[in-house]
Amino acid sequence: MTTPSLMTNGALIVAAVLVGCGVGLSVWASLGVARNLLTSAVRMAIQLLLVGNVLLFVFTRSSVWLTVLVVACMFAAAAYEAGARQTIRLPTVWHFAIGTMATFTGTTVAVLTGLLTVLHPHPWYQARSAIPMVGLLLGNVMNATSLSMNALLSDVSRDRRAVEARISLGASRFGAMRGVMRQAIRTALLPTFNQMAAAGIITLPGIMTGQVLAGMNPIDAARYQIVLMSLIVSGNMIGATVAASLLTLRLTDARGRLRLDRLKSV
Amino acid sequence: MEVGLEIRGLKNSLVGPFDCVMGPGECIAVTGRSGAGKSRLLRMIADLDPHEGVVAFRGYLQNEIAAAQWRRQVMYFPAESGWWSDNVGDHFANRAEAEPLLHAVGLSEDMLGMSVHRLSTGERQRMALVRGLLLQPDVLLLDEPCSALDAVITARVEELLSRIRKAGTMIVLVTHDEDQVRRMADRRFRVLEGGRICEDMI
Repeated sequence: MTTPSLMTNGALIVAAVLVGCGVGLSVWASLGVARNLLTSAVRMAIQLLLVGNVLLFVFTRSSVWLTVLVVACMFAAAAYEAGARQTIRLPTVWHFAIGTMATFTGTTVAVLTGLLTVLHPHPWYQARSAIPMVGLLLGNVMNATSLSMNALLSDVSRDRRAVEARISLGASRFGAMRGVMRQAIRTALLPTFNQMAAAGIITLPGIMTGQVLAGMNPIDAARYQIVLMSLIVSGNMIGATVAASLLTLRLTDARGRLRLDRLKSV
Repeated sequence: MEVGLEIRGLKNSLVGPFDCVMGPGECIAVTGRSGAGKSRLLRMIADLDPHEGVVAFRGYLQNEIAAAQWRRQVMYFPAESGWWSDNVGDHFANRAEAEPLLHAVGLSEDMLGMSVHRLSTGERQRMALVRGLLLQPDVLLLDEPCSALDAVITARVEELLSRIRKAGTMIVLVTHDEDQVRRMADRRFRVLEGGRICEDMI
């Protein structure tokens, strides 16, 4: 790799001027977004610099426990976020539990696969590799998980009669829910498939762009992106499937009945 | 009398308790106001909803039989059935077997190639009946099976049901049609306000 091209303070000033222009335009044309733009920009800058500093600290310490702590905080934030995104009525505890478990499973499997078989950092839990990997996958898997749950919850209410028809005719709980589960997993993965289809043609994926800008050979950057994208899609698939399965278990009971009474009544 | 279906103290928070012993080939009617809990009663017998009380078929308790098998033997036919595929034929494992039953209730096998949405309510009602009967259940829990049918078709459906009863199949019939009660039922139960159930004269 060539030396990464660094952003000087001058570059940051240019960025600030750009945002300033945007604010000026908004005021001039009374677009009403000046305040939002300004707070978002400042907030973003503070957040990113803060994270950069935390990561720098963690990387230099290279302590396992510190890494674990950071990863745990990330998981907790994702769990909170997934719970907050709930749009359909499942008691919060269950939404939280199922979402967290599915996100955790998908993320962990993909991250460990990446670290142990592809990236090979030394040691394998090295913070410089582990934390960005978790961050990358967590966001993606959490999205897929919450899409899967929302799709399943709305489909099962809509297709209740069809599911009960299958149950009445002697299907098992998973047999009766198969169509609804399949649809939920498909819905959850659709954005990822679109992202993959567009990669390189309509958009340059973020990781590849970053690496090319930072000086990596484009072929190497592309290979990197391929591997990471594959990890993301498999993590998403695991997350979406685990979420749909756990939710199906929750919405049916041991006697194979559909238990929509376990949804919150509105 | 040989015992087919035995129901003791069946209830949930809205309806019951219900007690009834049925012999092979027997048909009981359940009547009552809309919303009184008649459908819920059928759903509990089929074990589609949680409930208290005992239901046994040929001496085997509901819990002793795998849920899926119980529902194939003690089958619930809702007033408006669900369809998991847009194509009617997808709901039938063996189309050839379906033909005689379809004819018996005045449907044609050509309908198996149609979209579910192109069938009328009455056609769907009979189609769902045939779909279930093909699995040869021993107890039919029929929720207003003829609510969307004219008198001629109703007669054909009733004729088919009587034929099946002669082979020992039992029927619990929920209906608003007093004439149908007289034509079909050996006994009748009425669901009253508050979910209480009492046996009544035919």
